[in-house]
Amino acid sequence: MRVYLTAVRLSLRRYLAYRSSALAGAFTNTVFGCLRALVLIALWKQKPELSGWDQTDAVTYAFVTQGLVTPMGIFMNSTELGPRIRSGDVAVDLYRPVDFQAWWLSLDLGRALGAGMLRTVPPVVVGSLLFPVRLPTSPLPWAEFVVCCGIGYLISFGLRYLASLVAFWTMDERGTASILVAVGMFCSGLIIPLSIVPGTLGAVLLHTPWAAVAQMPINVLLGTQSGGFGYAVAFASVWAVLLLVAGRLVTDAARHKVVVQGG
Amino acid sequence: MADTETDDRPYWGPAAYLLLVRMWMRSASQYRVSLVLTTLAQLFTTCLDLIAILVIYTHVQTIAGFTLPETLYLYGTTRLAFGLSDIVASGVEDLPTMIRMGDFDLVLIRPVSSLAQVLADQFTPKRFGKLVTPVLTLGWALHALPVHWTAARIAVCVGTVVCGFVLYCALWVLTGCISFVAVDAQEVANSFTYGSENATEYPLTIFGRPLGLALTFVLPVAFVTWQPSLYVLGHADPFGLPGFLRFASPLAAALLSGLAALAWRGCVRHYRSTGS
Amino acid sequence: MTDPIILAEGLTKTFNGDFTAVDGIDLRVAAGELVGYIGPNGAGKSTTIKMLTGILTPTSGLLRVAGFEPQRDRVKLARRIGVVFGQRTTLWWDLPLKDSFTLLQRLYKIPRQRYEENLAYYVDALDLGPFLDRPVRQLSLGQRMRGDITAALLHDPAVVYLDEPTIGLDVVSKHSVREFLSELNQRTGTTILLTTHDIADIERLCTRVVAIDHGRVTYDGSIEELRADRDLETVVRELYLGRSLVDTTE
Repeated sequence: MRVYLTAVRLSLRRYLAYRSSALAGAFTNTVFGCLRALVLIALWKQKPELSGWDQTDAVTYAFVTQGLVTPMGIFMNSTELGPRIRSGDVAVDLYRPVDFQAWWLSLDLGRALGAGMLRTVPPVVVGSLLFPVRLPTSPLPWAEFVVCCGIGYLISFGLRYLASLVAFWTMDERGTASILVAVGMFCSGLIIPLSIVPGTLGAVLLHTPWAAVAQMPINVLLGTQSGGFGYAVAFASVWAVLLLVAGRLVTDAARHKVVVQGG
Repeated sequence: MADTETDDRPYWGPAAYLLLVRMWMRSASQYRVSLVLTTLAQLFTTCLDLIAILVIYTHVQTIAGFTLPETLYLYGTTRLAFGLSDIVASGVEDLPTMIRMGDFDLVLIRPVSSLAQVLADQFTPKRFGKLVTPVLTLGWALHALPVHWTAARIAVCVGTVVCGFVLYCALWVLTGCISFVAVDAQEVANSFTYGSENATEYPLTIFGRPLGLALTFVLPVAFVTWQPSLYVLGHADPFGLPGFLRFASPLAAALLSGLAALAWRGCVRHYRSTGS
Repeated sequence: MTDPIILAEGLTKTFNGDFTAVDGIDLRVAAGELVGYIGPNGAGKSTTIKMLTGILTPTSGLLRVAGFEPQRDRVKLARRIGVVFGQRTTLWWDLPLKDSFTLLQRLYKIPRQRYEENLAYYVDALDLGPFLDRPVRQLSLGQRMRGDITAALLHDPAVVYLDEPTIGLDVVSKHSVREFLSELNQRTGTTILLTTHDIADIERLCTRVVAIDHGRVTYDGSIEELRADRDLETVVRELYLGRSLVDTTE
């Protein structure tokens, strides 16, 4: 267990070493938060109660999603795992006496925590200074929010991990990874809130794993999640378990492939 | 050691650029499967903003007085201009890596314009995937718009994309210079390039007057499509700005290009003075 | 020395207003010389080379290479110099070696016939034939170095700078690179400035050695004068002021 915590700590430290890069990124997140907020304000001006939100909810959503982009790796189309598979270095990793999936989870978690520190807070703070937002003053919604984010993070890792493993079979995961990023950008509600997408498409979007990465935690924070915290946790947990288990199965298949084919 | 160099001029910038682009395309073609998938991904990514606009318009008829075809006209023109500029100039995104790895020094020992070399860097055909959505959208919008197409309007429409392309290229170069000043700050440049593109997809009205004026006179992205489109679509300027501005895009493009060229020269001089 | 091809007087480079990497260097290199430029790491070698090649602008002092001020005429100078970096390649990574050469022919505006002649000569002299069609990323270090040397020489530069060209090469490759450089210098009179930590490079190739430490020239003269009746290795080690040296005499 300790080895994983060490991996988290080292990964976090490494991320924090690139502070100025991260803060430059936080600037961009803030700018995009403002852009999205202005678009949503224009919409909510005409439809003040759209999908059970008011304008303040929508603006809050715009900034918190931008804040979550980096920890959830929504734009990550490359991890360290992909290049290691391509170069064959991964063979060493597969034989280490640590759990392969847990190892990569630990490394990514360190990164996500660092990103959470440096890139989640600034956009939300700046947003709250420039626009009216709805951030709860009592601790309970925040606690619920953090829990949902945690499970959402596991989902995001599960998706990215599976996408990287593709490299074992195709020798290049970048193509699949870019498609996954494009899909993820939309399905996590980064472009527009999923709750305003009408019809069947909207219903489908609310049930993909990506829905639990940003949209649901924010709904819980705003108190607008249908089914409340309980539903959000249950939904997210189901997806998280599915994706992580799938990850283990694919890892075993990959290990088998490496052993049988000599990498 | 024969010295027959009577021609001391550098290899002409644009020609060098095309030469280098050809080399990069050949490099990229070595990874074919990845290329196809990433091109599809680019295509899909450019659709996302379009889907957002469509979703918004399922709830309302107009945004800031602009109907769906009108907003899609704005979206199509700016996306197309940006996509074209992305193809030509986004090599500048590699500048931080080049500086960190010392590869910019290699650029400086060649008898070729440094800008041409940097712009051509990592050129890849996948960028062309970004043109499909805006071309189709713009086509539909032009068809659906109840505009009486005079010769003047057509000229301004074409000019919108051309000047927008030049404006964005200048913006790529200008913001790329950030890497010379702070090599870790490249993401800040993104907020100006991708951010401008995002901002100009919608009527500028949504920004409110102070920000709208800033985007006209400070960071002149309003000239990418907003101003000329006011003429093409026959809208009054919600900020009450003078009418001649609708035809000022070429001027804005020229000014910003000049600024970008000066900034690049200055920054290279600064790099040569301080090292990396 | 009449009209040196490299002329530096009081050449100085200060960074951030306080760190002086190169402190008033005087250097005169005549056309056709083969000079070894040595010194410990951090002595100011690469800063000097960067100024000579036009990458960095001097803080003060006079500098002229092949008749040009590198600061002002970077591009004109670029066509008359060649640079080989031991640790970085200037070749196109994913494409066959010969494609890099074709590109350089265009960029340097080398007349077609002279390019063909030069290329044929280097292919023969450096035995490039077997891997001319192979992507550079698949080449061994020795093959890549021979490719980089060719790339630096195709346009018949007046001055060639080699920054640690034999680093990491096996014994046989080192030997052939040295032989090649020596023959090049004698045959064409190309001026060569060679930075290296390898004593054998200096012994085999250089008629003259310039040593630099803490940004100042500590020795400038012929190998013979330097050695007198001591062996070169001891002398160089002294010049390096007791710092450890990669010993690769073979």
